[in-house]
Amino acid sequence: MSILVDGNTRVLVQGMGRAGQQHTNLSLEYGTNVVGGVTPGRGGQELCGLPVYDCCRDAVRETGANASAIFVPPGGAADAILEAVDAGIELICAITEGVPVHDMLRVRAAMRDSDARLIGPNCPGLLDPVHKVRIGIAPYPIFRPGSVGVVSRSGTLTYEGVNQLTELGIGQTTCIGIGGDPIPGLSFVDVLELFQADPETRAVVMIGEIGGSAEEEAAEFVQSQMNKPVVCFVAGVTAPPGKRMGHAGAIISGGRGSADDKKKALEKAGIPVAESPALIGETLKQAAPGVS
Amino acid sequence: MNVHEYQAKGLLRDFGIEVPPGRMVTTPGEAEEIAADIGGAVVVKAQIHAGGRSKGGGIRLARTPEEARHVAEDIIGMQLVTPQTGPEGKRVQRIYVEGASEIDDELYLALLVDRATQNVAILASTEGGVEIEEVAAKTPKKILTVQIDPLVGICDYQARNLGLDLGLAPAQVNKFIGLVRNLYRLFMEKDCSLAEINPLILSGDNVIPLDCKLNFDDNALRRNPDVAQLRDPDEEDEREREAAEHDLSWVSLSGNIGCMVNGAGLAMATMDIIKQVGGEPANFLDVGGTADAERVGHAFRLILADPNVKGIFVNIFGGIVLCDLVAEGIVEAAKTLGVAVPVVVRLDGTNAEKGREILASSGLDITPASGMRDGAEKILAAVRQ
Repeated sequence: MSILVDGNTRVLVQGMGRAGQQHTNLSLEYGTNVVGGVTPGRGGQELCGLPVYDCCRDAVRETGANASAIFVPPGGAADAILEAVDAGIELICAITEGVPVHDMLRVRAAMRDSDARLIGPNCPGLLDPVHKVRIGIAPYPIFRPGSVGVVSRSGTLTYEGVNQLTELGIGQTTCIGIGGDPIPGLSFVDVLELFQADPETRAVVMIGEIGGSAEEEAAEFVQSQMNKPVVCFVAGVTAPPGKRMGHAGAIISGGRGSADDKKKALEKAGIPVAESPALIGETLKQAAPGVS
Repeated sequence: MNVHEYQAKGLLRDFGIEVPPGRMVTTPGEAEEIAADIGGAVVVKAQIHAGGRSKGGGIRLARTPEEARHVAEDIIGMQLVTPQTGPEGKRVQRIYVEGASEIDDELYLALLVDRATQNVAILASTEGGVEIEEVAAKTPKKILTVQIDPLVGICDYQARNLGLDLGLAPAQVNKFIGLVRNLYRLFMEKDCSLAEINPLILSGDNVIPLDCKLNFDDNALRRNPDVAQLRDPDEEDEREREAAEHDLSWVSLSGNIGCMVNGAGLAMATMDIIKQVGGEPANFLDVGGTADAERVGHAFRLILADPNVKGIFVNIFGGIVLCDLVAEGIVEAAKTLGVAVPVVVRLDGTNAEKGREILASSGLDITPASGMRDGAEKILAAVRQ
């Protein structure tokens, strides 16, 4: 088992530009069931050996797609997400970087009563090595099937963590980059809840960073709702303050946001925190001996 | 992106919010003229992108136009040090001359993007005129919060309830509702991430913004060209600005190990591990998802422009980035720029094998690293030699 995707996942790619095509080819190469692309104005064409449609509605009707990867430029990304929601796509991974924050406020408010799940934006997407489902941009050779779930706010740091696990002989169920933007779709807590409910996931690696309070909320959730080992790394201990967030942004969540505060909250909840980014895999191995 | 107080007040006026009369000037002579135009006492305020200006002597009262001239002479050109500027301070080039106000009481008001609830939130407090962080730490109950659904927008009753909770008189409540509505309109139309009025003063029946800080979403500047124009290059780190022109994300730091990394999380983690092994990073640099030879060249140029840099650590985990292209970029940059400091390169992920071969066969003195800890240790050893 994995979370969010399985053998029936049929992936649509929204935005078949250069990056969209490049990663469609890589996903196909990996064995993912990519069923088509959407680029307004290019309906009826064929790219990467797949049919291209003018809109999500037509693509879903013709291909039965139930997941999508969004490579649309930032100005159109919010529209693409809502189009996917409206077309009934259940899992949407928005890879696009640079989406205006207010666009995401509207998207998230519009999605409140929807069953669709959004990952991102500004994220590497999802990779499930068990079913060979790659939605997004992760480098698939470093993954191996196994029983550890990975959730991260950073793309390349996800790869770093996964690579360490794989080198230690520890495989993964599903790896999810939730993205580094202030208003994301799925949160750490949402993903942890799914990992907790998944019988095949036996331990979880969570990779956080400075800003916001997602790690603190995750710490509370792990302590009160989870019985699987969770380990964590928080990037940005040495980041200079004030460079990324306005002061009042930290106020509303009770003055939280620094890497030290996050580490304290996590450790207080009994979650081992890797001292160094080079020890993410090792920390998991110690916290969950025998998991592979 | 941040703007100056005088620019923020210009936007408040554009959105129908009443502020005291005032103008930005750059010479003592102009300060005197404006003070005479305004009439009565004025406040002369240094325009820099940092809070706590009055503590460093950057905000002073002048009772006559002549006094305004003298005060302006003191402030223009001064190196203003506040709790937010760092010990080196910031050079004042512009001042804002504003009519002085009678102050009955000082409040705090802010609109911001609330990450936890994914709404717009209003924060308000009766404790105005001091840092809101201080209020949050000492008396968190004195901070009032109102959540606004971005699809519904601000409702009058929400602003009214807030005004009543702040203890405003009936006439003040009505003015407050209008102000909050207009501030919300500004916040949404101009893609603000923070709109902070501190203090918001009570003066008779009026509620008047005395200071205002606006922060705009960089991702939305393309659709707000009028806001983008307010950027003040003097307020930005020269290399941060240059990096932004090449689509590189850069923060200058004070160490001697230059870093080039792909991805913000890995870039932060690279700084962390350099510190952990006992070194000091010279910069944070995310070369982004399309690191080709040209971008790598720009990145190297930026790093080498810092005279403190004694070595460079390249840490790349290729996903969307192709390691062989990065390697070609490094070889080209090293050859054309004549890099004289040691370079340690860690390549993993997409096309890493190919990338390592390109570096090994380049004939250049580049030290390969396996993993980020190994890389951090190797670059530290190299700069210590």
